[in-house]
Amino acid sequence: MSTAITTEERAQDWRGRFRHTNYLNADYGIKSWLLTKDHKRIALLYLITVTFFFFLGGAYAVAIRLELMTPLGDLMQSHTYNKVFTHHGILMVFFFLIPSIPAILGNFLIPLMIGAKDLAFPRINLLSWYIYMLGGGITFWALLIGGVDTGWTFYVPYSTHFSNTYVVAAGLGIFINGFSSILTGLNFIVTIHTMRAPGMTWFRLPLFIWANYATSLIFILGTPVIAITILLIALERVARVGIFDPALGGDPVLFQHLFWFYSHPAVYIMLLPSMGVISELIATFSRKNIFGYTFVAFSSIAIAVFGFLVWGHHMFTSSQSVYAGLIFSVISYAVAIPSAVKVFNWTATLYKGSISWDTPMLYALFFIGLFLIGGMTGLFLAALGLDIHVHDTYFVVAHFHYIMVGGALMGYMGGLHYWWPKITGRMYPEVWGRFAALVIFVGFNLTFFPQFLLGYMGMPRRYHAYPVDEPLWQVLHVMSTAGASVLGLGLLIPGIYFIWSMRYGRFAPANPWPATGLEWRTPSPPPTENFAVTPIVTWEAYEFRPIEEMVVEGPGETPDQPAAPGHPTQRITPDTIKHDKE
Amino acid sequence: MQLPLPQIRVPFTPEQASTFAGEVDALYLYLVAITIFFSLTITTLIIYFAIRYRRRDPGELPRPRAGSLPLEVMWSVIPLMIAMTIFVWGASVYFRLYRAPQEAMEIYVVGKQWMWKFQHTTGQREINELHVPLGARIKLTMTTEDVIHSLYVPAFRVKTDVVPGKYTQMWFEPTKAGRYYLFCAEYCGTNHSGMGGYVYVMEPTEFQTWLAGGGSESAAAQGGKVFQERGCASCHRVELGGPAGRGPVLAGLFGEKQTLQNGESVTVDEAYIRESILNPQAKLAAGFQPIMPTYQGQVSEEQVLQLIAYIRSLSTETQSGGAGTVTGGVSPTTQRSNPLAPTAPRGANANTNANP
Repeated sequence: MSTAITTEERAQDWRGRFRHTNYLNADYGIKSWLLTKDHKRIALLYLITVTFFFFLGGAYAVAIRLELMTPLGDLMQSHTYNKVFTHHGILMVFFFLIPSIPAILGNFLIPLMIGAKDLAFPRINLLSWYIYMLGGGITFWALLIGGVDTGWTFYVPYSTHFSNTYVVAAGLGIFINGFSSILTGLNFIVTIHTMRAPGMTWFRLPLFIWANYATSLIFILGTPVIAITILLIALERVARVGIFDPALGGDPVLFQHLFWFYSHPAVYIMLLPSMGVISELIATFSRKNIFGYTFVAFSSIAIAVFGFLVWGHHMFTSSQSVYAGLIFSVISYAVAIPSAVKVFNWTATLYKGSISWDTPMLYALFFIGLFLIGGMTGLFLAALGLDIHVHDTYFVVAHFHYIMVGGALMGYMGGLHYWWPKITGRMYPEVWGRFAALVIFVGFNLTFFPQFLLGYMGMPRRYHAYPVDEPLWQVLHVMSTAGASVLGLGLLIPGIYFIWSMRYGRFAPANPWPATGLEWRTPSPPPTENFAVTPIVTWEAYEFRPIEEMVVEGPGETPDQPAAPGHPTQRITPDTIKHDKE
Repeated sequence: MQLPLPQIRVPFTPEQASTFAGEVDALYLYLVAITIFFSLTITTLIIYFAIRYRRRDPGELPRPRAGSLPLEVMWSVIPLMIAMTIFVWGASVYFRLYRAPQEAMEIYVVGKQWMWKFQHTTGQREINELHVPLGARIKLTMTTEDVIHSLYVPAFRVKTDVVPGKYTQMWFEPTKAGRYYLFCAEYCGTNHSGMGGYVYVMEPTEFQTWLAGGGSESAAAQGGKVFQERGCASCHRVELGGPAGRGPVLAGLFGEKQTLQNGESVTVDEAYIRESILNPQAKLAAGFQPIMPTYQGQVSEEQVLQLIAYIRSLSTETQSGGAGTVTGGVSPTTQRSNPLAPTAPRGANANTNANP
């Protein structure tokens, strides 16, 4: 095969369309999308809707930051402000962070990575998306008709007896959305157990699969609890049953126990898949197997298990027993260890690697740095005596944004760039990608680092106005708002070039980086059935070989065998990689 | 509880105005140091590796490496040990924050959308302002009329939620005169960010003057009025000696053990009295009929606190010879003889239990 033929020439016909039949051009029309059972198409449906909720949630964040530029509540009234931060929280947590990586990247990649044709239950997978749409639609409707002002935490008795907003409607949306998570988790677990390709043993699985497996466990075990809790709020609000109302013998603190029993593990729902992505990126872009694979794999499971035992660290000031506080504090330190183990192993993987500075790798390196700060400040919050001071201040706000934006969002962005060639068959513009990653990193730190300082100085969270005679507070808030503007612009750039690249981006080869996973052994974009021939795995995870040996499985894989109609020969050579990189 | 470390004002920290402030700041600095150490180490390594081992040739294939058990053990155990030092330090600070001293100046707090109401035992009432004397140990007994709030004074490094249906407690010892922010830290609805004010820490003599300026009755006296208005006296006698009425005699009751109908016993404290007023049937005293009506919704949280102050005063009066000592101010020097402090009855109670 001549190296003079470029990837473009091989992949496209004279009208610029893909030569080979793939999941995108196998069928056309709105019906073929809305009734699809293909996990890859469902992942794209999720991508569109999740992105919509992300930008909506982001718009609320902009409103919050604009209001806090000045100490007085001059942009909007307190009641409006309370709704704005509540909507920001609900949208970002339940409709962006929780579904983002599992439902988009997990959905797309789990069958590809384990060598399966689809998830175990394709119809249930489509149902999950419709449930997500229904839940998201109801919540969105609740926001439109008037909104909610309880905070995303729905603390009683405010949410049950005092708020005059659409608590039940918003709660109903979240309740319904929970079933989407449960079904997705169930689907993933069954798929990973039963549909691995021959030779794909548990310890040959990519770490992204381990992370999604651990996440699915939390989906299944945790989500029913939040569903019940929301149901109890609705019952209390509508029927006054007295589970949380002390006048009827209830206990308002019980709500907090139930809520955090889910919502703390939910933090790991957001973070674990992101950690899985980072493991993939670090391996591919340093071209080395992950140092301590089994430790990284089991640390995901350990995080999922311990994550269920630490909920009380959100309640050190809530009048829970002092001894409960001690236990929750010590277990919280235990859960920090598996996270630290991951960071050390990622760093060790870089040692004597072959490190490229492609956009996904930039996100991975930024992730490690931001997750370090987010994780370390978690130790501050788990320290009982110190938490009393910083609880419910901007210190907490900064901490969880370092985890959720610095952690979950960085991983999501890195993963989206990394697999974008596989998903769309097109390359994103690399220079713009690196530029945007840098802008996002700078904007993020400028937004959230000042909030640590604000928090320790005593600025409570969910405040619409703050003291005028503290000039330093305003300085820090202005810095934070400036950073948020940079971050917002930085996030718009990928939004633009991703859309642009779908039409104008360079055609992607099957394995552009090149990487080792099975998903890279099928054309980009993959055919509907993923693999023409079910692969047989005879190698370990992240076993990098000379790139001359990296071939696409399926028809046309060998030089002497002509490409079957619809499947291009995509043999990788140093020259094609060099060309593709330029 | 003097802090061994020198008093340094760390940048980006609030004023240190209580005995806890230095302790919490020291723990904070310890954590900041650990964070800087680990962040710098890892970041430096990553940047160094990323540059030193950058890909120079697209065909590069580094040698694969297996993991290393000694390394994995090392970087699990060392962080765990460091984490445990943080845990122990944090827990010791927490214990001191949590355990209110026996002898303290008591103030009652009721949170309400969207204001803080304070009542001194001497009777002064304040809204969104709290005056306290320098150097005294102040103990707040707190509840709320509506939703959960959280009383937060950054300069003191203390914060505790107020929860409907129960009393929570918080204490501090101001070390510096001045005016400090007081916030509500738990989101409580529309005007959450407006629910705050100032704590004024005053020199003891100034505080005496301030107290004298109030001129109102003591909390116990106000409670006595509520007691008469509500007709409590028709069932509960308030003097020792003589037969009980339809309800238990309240004199000398506070801090004692009360035997219940079901054979268990309970210490008569703020929470028990509150429950007995609002939900009388919950823990019925032995030997009495369940005839007391509930006062839920008829007396406010503030009135319940005043009634508690009144019932407490009945115990201290009987012990100290019945003198009407519930007047006058409380200063750090006089607070140990504060008639409303729980010390005497609780101490006596503990002794009797220890020597059956």
